[in-house]
Amino acid sequence: MTEALDRGVPLAAPPLQRPGSRRPLPFRSVPAPTVKFPFLAHPRLRRASSLTVYAAAAAVEAMAALKPSPERRLGIIFCVTGGCVQFTRRFYHEAWRETTASPVVFPETVFNAPSSHLSALFSSSAINYTYVGDPATVVQGLGTAAEWLEDNLVDACLVIGAEENDWLTADAYRHFSRDTICSEGAGAILLSAEPAPIELAAITDAELYLSAAERAQALAEVSAHFPASATTLLCDSQTGAAARDRQEKAAWADWPGPRLSPKKILGEGLCAGAAWQCVAAIQALSRIPSAIAHVAGIHEHAIAAQFLRAQT
Amino acid sequence: MVVTGVGVITGLGRGWRENSEGFRTGRACFRPVTLFDVSRRRARLAAEADVPEDVAVGRLPRRRARALDRAAKLLLTAAEEAWAQAGLDGLRRLPVVLGTTSGGMELGEAYYRHAIEQPDCNHGQAARVLRYLSQTQPMALAGAFGFRGPITIIANACASGANAVGHAAGLIRQGREEIVLTGGYDALSEMVFSGFDCLQALSVTSCRPFDAQRDGLALGEGAAVFILESEARARARGAAILGEVAGYGAATDGHHLTQPQPEGAAAAASMRAACADAGIGPEQVNYINAHGTGTPLNDSAEANAISQWAGSFAARIPVSSTKAGVGHLLGAAGAVEAAVSLMALRGQWLPPMPGVGEPDARCQFPLVREPAAAALEYVLTNSFGFGGANATLIFKKRP
Repeated sequence: MTEALDRGVPLAAPPLQRPGSRRPLPFRSVPAPTVKFPFLAHPRLRRASSLTVYAAAAAVEAMAALKPSPERRLGIIFCVTGGCVQFTRRFYHEAWRETTASPVVFPETVFNAPSSHLSALFSSSAINYTYVGDPATVVQGLGTAAEWLEDNLVDACLVIGAEENDWLTADAYRHFSRDTICSEGAGAILLSAEPAPIELAAITDAELYLSAAERAQALAEVSAHFPASATTLLCDSQTGAAARDRQEKAAWADWPGPRLSPKKILGEGLCAGAAWQCVAAIQALSRIPSAIAHVAGIHEHAIAAQFLRAQT
Repeated sequence: MVVTGVGVITGLGRGWRENSEGFRTGRACFRPVTLFDVSRRRARLAAEADVPEDVAVGRLPRRRARALDRAAKLLLTAAEEAWAQAGLDGLRRLPVVLGTTSGGMELGEAYYRHAIEQPDCNHGQAARVLRYLSQTQPMALAGAFGFRGPITIIANACASGANAVGHAAGLIRQGREEIVLTGGYDALSEMVFSGFDCLQALSVTSCRPFDAQRDGLALGEGAAVFILESEARARARGAAILGEVAGYGAATDGHHLTQPQPEGAAAAASMRAACADAGIGPEQVNYINAHGTGTPLNDSAEANAISQWAGSFAARIPVSSTKAGVGHLLGAAGAVEAAVSLMALRGQWLPPMPGVGEPDARCQFPLVREPAAAALEYVLTNSFGFGGANATLIFKKRP
């Protein structure tokens, strides 16, 4: 992901096949892995959805920063918009058209199946939530994780945003923005009570909007939380689709600092996309002292989080 | 934090009074499914709710109001009652924490059927996909009642509703919010009915939680909505206090995606955490509204968990599952059962399960099988879901 963002060239988007239609549905899918991930040998992951595999890959990478400890209470907050679309579509098709439907597939369609697998993968019996909503949900999840740490409910908490590809998702999104290219994958952020080189410094309220006018106002309210700073990176949620980006551009028009729009390169990954924004903002702290991940949401909330390089 | 408004709709009916009477007497409301075709399913019954025609659409634009899906109607119906009871007119900011498992699933199904049958016709598809999304129903709620505030949707399978209420209570207890609208909702859908049917989890006789001969669960639908607020805020505005959320606990069972660990270790941990949060011991719990789905594995694990958690006190705690009457409401279950717990505390009665015969040998506690009065101070309610999501709430009586 970092290499792609550094190159700054939008990733290729080969079309997904859609039954009964020749209309192309471009999609930025996760490339097939070149190595076999050891975590896939876990019994819970053998038949799991792509969504779970992406979430697990991101979570394992994030957890590498933490020394293993059986006593640690690891909370998990899994954030998703679309859920296990591939298995859901397959199961519903079987239930609708076939004589039998697969009992193996159905449990994997449930929203919290990936987060359950993650708890099993990390042998955690601590609190585990699955949040459903638009991409802003990921930053709400970060807020909840911070509260759990503050309330001593957990010692560390993984916040994961993930989505998986399907022609159904691409077809659905096309009704709202023909210029947006959807994508899949996951991003994970580990919050810990232990000292770390990066701090989650602030999260704004999630500003609910129910109309385009309210969206513009919500974005303005979120941006107003942050004093202008030439040394703070703005990692925004623009995708390159002009109509969808207009309000976000206007809300941050006067931002004097550097900017990054990961979704212009990686695609509209919904909750995965919001997680990538946070990850990109955090990674940027090797070059800059402060970064804001601003998520405009697709139709529900606007929200932002600020990350700081910790004082040493 | 205290409860100042409750709204509920289930197969038993609409509103506190009708539901309270149904739960007090142990009325069951299963009937043949009419919402979709079940001719190829093993089970044919469910507790469908009568969704009212006069749903409170409030300030929703007419077009949006006309297009409300079944799940949104259930949610709005319950919310209207809670809103009125709490007397919230004029409130502009109200955070929302809701549980659901499937949001507007019926519209997701319709979207898919249309996409397959008429792949090049887009008519109505944008509306279907938009209203399928789980956040659409709470957004309709905010639109109808004219408030704004952050929406949080917890989709922890069958524990979602209890997680939502517990999470909302935590926000108030920690001083992060003064007032929150919370609860759970789910409508019956072909996808979910077929799913439980193909797992052979649905009863082909009748739902009999903790019965030695039980053969599965029955599905239902509904919603329950609560207004939770800080006691100081409630007292300052003179609101009637219906009860108190005294404790919340949650734990995750990593045993299997759909089966609980047989000894119920995570379920017991959830109950212990709720008791610790409430500052009470098992000996102070006067009634348990069990998760009690009626499936062989779930009920035996929960029975073991209750014994593990309560020890010798288990023999003195009456237990029942109201799923015997209204079925399993999935994402709404924890919230509706929280409402039942409040009803029992307010009315000082125990909700019975009349159809239950010989108890499972693992039940080291008395099962409530007939309507009964009781002196209740604390009621504990369990919700356990797929993925090992376990949540427990404890409610306390308020005069």
